[in-house]
Amino acid sequence: MNPAQPGPRTLILNSAVSSATGMVDGFFEWFGNLGMFFWQVLHAAVTPPYEWRELIRQLDEVGSKSFPLVVMAGSAIGVIISLEARYSLSRFGAKSLFPATLVYTVIQVMGPIITGLVVSGRVGAGIGAELASMKVTEQIDAIEASAINPYRLLAATRILACIMMLPLLTVVADACGLLMGWLAQTLVEPLSFHQFIQDGFKGATFNAFLPQTFKTAVYGLIIGLIACFQGMRTRGGAEGVGRAATNSVVLASLFVILADVVLVKFILVVFP
Amino acid sequence: MTTAYDIPIRQKRSDADGNAQIIAVENLCKTFASHTVLDGINLSVNRGETLAVLGRSGTGKSVLLRLIIGLEKPDSGLVRIHGQNIVGLTLDQIGEIRKKMGFLFQHAALYDSLTVAENVAFPLEHHQREMSRSQRGDRVRQLLAEVGMESDLGKMPSDISGGMQKRVGLARALALEPEILLLDEPTAGLDPISSGEINDLILKLQHERQMASIVVTHDLYSAKTIANRLALLNEGEVVIEGKFEDLEQSNIGFVKEFLKQS
Repeated sequence: MNPAQPGPRTLILNSAVSSATGMVDGFFEWFGNLGMFFWQVLHAAVTPPYEWRELIRQLDEVGSKSFPLVVMAGSAIGVIISLEARYSLSRFGAKSLFPATLVYTVIQVMGPIITGLVVSGRVGAGIGAELASMKVTEQIDAIEASAINPYRLLAATRILACIMMLPLLTVVADACGLLMGWLAQTLVEPLSFHQFIQDGFKGATFNAFLPQTFKTAVYGLIIGLIACFQGMRTRGGAEGVGRAATNSVVLASLFVILADVVLVKFILVVFP
Repeated sequence: MTTAYDIPIRQKRSDADGNAQIIAVENLCKTFASHTVLDGINLSVNRGETLAVLGRSGTGKSVLLRLIIGLEKPDSGLVRIHGQNIVGLTLDQIGEIRKKMGFLFQHAALYDSLTVAENVAFPLEHHQREMSRSQRGDRVRQLLAEVGMESDLGKMPSDISGGMQKRVGLARALALEPEILLLDEPTAGLDPISSGEINDLILKLQHERQMASIVVTHDLYSAKTIANRLALLNEGEVVIEGKFEDLEQSNIGFVKEFLKQS
């Protein structure tokens, strides 16, 4: 064997190092580009002219059109928690804690995250695919060529709509979860709704619920930002559109879950 | 660091006929990955003049238009619109200059969720907010009538042909009464009759509005019909620039070959 030629083990190692370096580069490049995109959107959002009409259209798109999905997801979660909680609490002889368990689990834990995930699926894919399709057919270039800032018209309005609607949708999901959870319980073991609410919220403060609900505004920022970013940087025809939609959903869902980890800790520290 | 605003605005140069220079590109270079698309391009267009940019596919003709309207950033060189260098301006700064420019995309790039009329009204809604709804409607009808599309106001872009889409794209490009018109392959993919109609339309608009225009095309007949001057690009450079007769009389091998094949 020629001593100047690298052996197969060296070649494999070099290739592995080079692909790992490429992945790390890609990771930091993606975050760098996302940061610059966010800065451009932020600048566009706070400087006139403001795109009120488009914002209202997006509020409807994100809010009203996600409403049925959030109602169904919230209701299902309420029923599931009710069934599980009743069974577990009965085993430990703590059935009297059922209302508080349901209220705290739905409002503090499941309502916000389920709403975030449901909206990231519906809205993230929608925004990602819509903007990607506009990008590959040069419609975004046409907007820019018409002297209209696409970051203001397309991105800022969609991100703001997500930020504004997520907390409201979370309240809807929470309400549906509590109502259906109580209904599932009361069908088996009658409990008045008044009693359920009184026991569930006994000793509760605003600090216990409001930060958990309003943290979903951060989910909204994540969903809107990632979907707009993925959509507006798309290349490569129909395949690119599909990739943008998929990446929007996957990345938005992933970052919503990761953000939840940070936000839960943050809320526990700031609102003890 | 020198910014676009540090460069003094040039006095508008005039030619012998007193026509102001509206567009000027100087030493423009653009590279994608390792491929140099434009390599030191120099061109200028005066008011009321139409320059046709010809060349083989992939020679950077469309990139040149995108650089002129600021959709791409050059690696080096200047793009002057009314004497002001637009390279390095922010989106909002360049937006003010783009209001004076109309751009017809190769595939029209109509907004597919809006009707024909809404597409044309789109720039008016954003830049002429003082216009009442009825005034805007009248203006849209007038623009669509100019391009022969007044009977298709309510149709969606997907319901009309490619030629009709280009007409609507042209009406949209004219909505803000631009002083500069950039046309990317206006007759590509059209049948000879539609091509002729688009050429006649561009000629009519040029005659009426005296805009400075750049037309990127493969279609030599179209270029000869609508342009005052032609520029032939090859391998990122302007091989020849002048009237059609200058191209015909040229001894440059590529020019002869291009004319022969066209």
